[in-house]
Amino acid sequence: MTDAVLTTPTVFAPGTSDAEIEAAAAKAARNRRYKVLFWRWAILIAILGSWELGSRFGIIDEFFFSSPSAIWNRLVEWTIEGTSEGSLWLHLYVTMEEAVLGFAIGSITGVVVGIALGRNQMLADIFSIYIKVFNSIPRVVLAPIFIMIFGLGIGSKVALAFIMVFFVVFANAFQGVREADRNLMANAQILGARGWQLTRSVVIPSAMSWIFASLHVSFGFAIIGAIVGEFVGSRHGIGLLINIAKGTFDSAGMYAAIVVIMIVALAAEYLMTWVEGRLATWRPAPLQDQH
Amino acid sequence: MPATDAAGGPVVELINVSRRFITPDGKSMTAIRDFNMSVARGEFVAVVGPTGCGKSTTLNLVTGLARPSSGEVRLFGQPVTDIDPRIGFAFQTDALFPWRSVIDNVVAGPLFRGKPRDEAYAKAREWLARVHLSGHETKYPHQLSGGMRKRVSLAQTFINEPQVLLMDEPFSALDVQTRVVMHEVLLNLWSEAKASVIFVTHDLEEAIALADKVYVLTAGPATVRAVYPVELPRPRVVSEIRYQEDFIALSRRIWDDLRAEVERGSGRDEARAA
Repeated sequence: MTDAVLTTPTVFAPGTSDAEIEAAAAKAARNRRYKVLFWRWAILIAILGSWELGSRFGIIDEFFFSSPSAIWNRLVEWTIEGTSEGSLWLHLYVTMEEAVLGFAIGSITGVVVGIALGRNQMLADIFSIYIKVFNSIPRVVLAPIFIMIFGLGIGSKVALAFIMVFFVVFANAFQGVREADRNLMANAQILGARGWQLTRSVVIPSAMSWIFASLHVSFGFAIIGAIVGEFVGSRHGIGLLINIAKGTFDSAGMYAAIVVIMIVALAAEYLMTWVEGRLATWRPAPLQDQH
Repeated sequence: MPATDAAGGPVVELINVSRRFITPDGKSMTAIRDFNMSVARGEFVAVVGPTGCGKSTTLNLVTGLARPSSGEVRLFGQPVTDIDPRIGFAFQTDALFPWRSVIDNVVAGPLFRGKPRDEAYAKAREWLARVHLSGHETKYPHQLSGGMRKRVSLAQTFINEPQVLLMDEPFSALDVQTRVVMHEVLLNLWSEAKASVIFVTHDLEEAIALADKVYVLTAGPATVRAVYPVELPRPRVVSEIRYQEDFIALSRRIWDDLRAEVERGSGRDEARAA
């Protein structure tokens, strides 16, 4: 009886061995990837193509909406010959310097203040009202004030980028500290952690995923701060380029500046994801890159 | 028998302890009332009682994470004022640090306590070998099974060589087979370490299989209803002991007692819900 059961060939239909099923699954996954890629490119080409044709044939007003080829030519001209205000790289460098400085200072103070208030209920109760009040100010209205205080140079833009970043990072760090698992805290204390050890070994790591979530969005905010500051008054920067393009009705120039910022922001986003992946190897796989 | 070990006084003493909470809506609630307990050096005490009766509160009082509202909690004859370094605690839920690898979890205690790194890591490797986890050092907790995580937790606790081990339903989340294995692991570690253990559980069979003494608590506010000595010989084989006649007789006796409290407790819950 048992022998017969054991020696009976599998009841699976032909073509369903493990290897075949795996191969089929791999093929399906590959096809799906190709399909996604195909449609991504198709949609991009369709949009740019109709934009280009629309402006060529006068359906879209080239004066306001420019055209992909004009924007491309402007980008090439800027990178090779430089802009009317000097090298594109100088402007990009200034904007990035403002954004990165504001981002760094804003996120560090945000994390420090967030953790300090998160760990101290009394401080949190006292300061929460002030933070709410400041947080309700639309940040960009501070641009003219900062320019008045810090002048046309880099200082006013860093200040604006800082204020954009600080509140986002602060709120997340604060929440992350509050969400630290009480069991883990008790465990660390009983194992012997005291004061700063407890903060370093439990509080900060548990707040880390919250903090990183805020860093992702807040670099974008830092760029907004820098560019808005440059709009309002500056001597260098991508915001200045947009402002000048606006003044000369150069729509291609405006879109070209937007493209430059877009590329930079995307690159920063990828960099941030990569850093986070390196720091968070302990997390279960779904949150990491799909291999 | 460790229970009759006459070396000094009791290791843990709770004398007429009561503990009250202020609930979020501002009401005062008594979790335990006139609670008395005494644990000798090397003794294994189990605490059983209806759910939500305040079993875990007794442990928190011993750690110093909670203070008694009245009465006194003593460790080695001294009143408890702070978290005592001689205490180890095993949690019901997973309390491993998810961002640390297995070895970094085990090494946490000695490093917090200022041991040199080399010494701490050597000791951690030794403890991992003792709980049969050599070769898993660099894995993260989420990569391990529930039983493996529990063994890491035990190594993390035992590496500090606690003289008092408090366990709050540590194996309740495990499946039955894994739990029996963990019981054996625990008894082996305990018999080597000679620590006093307070083991809180809702599983009566687990309590009898492991302990020298079983405390039965009343429905909340908890106080001691009865104390049963367990005179089964050691070393015990947990997977077989439950079929012995004196085990069955004892568990029936304690259960009769416990059932009255469980019914009282659930009756009150229903009255409160109604």
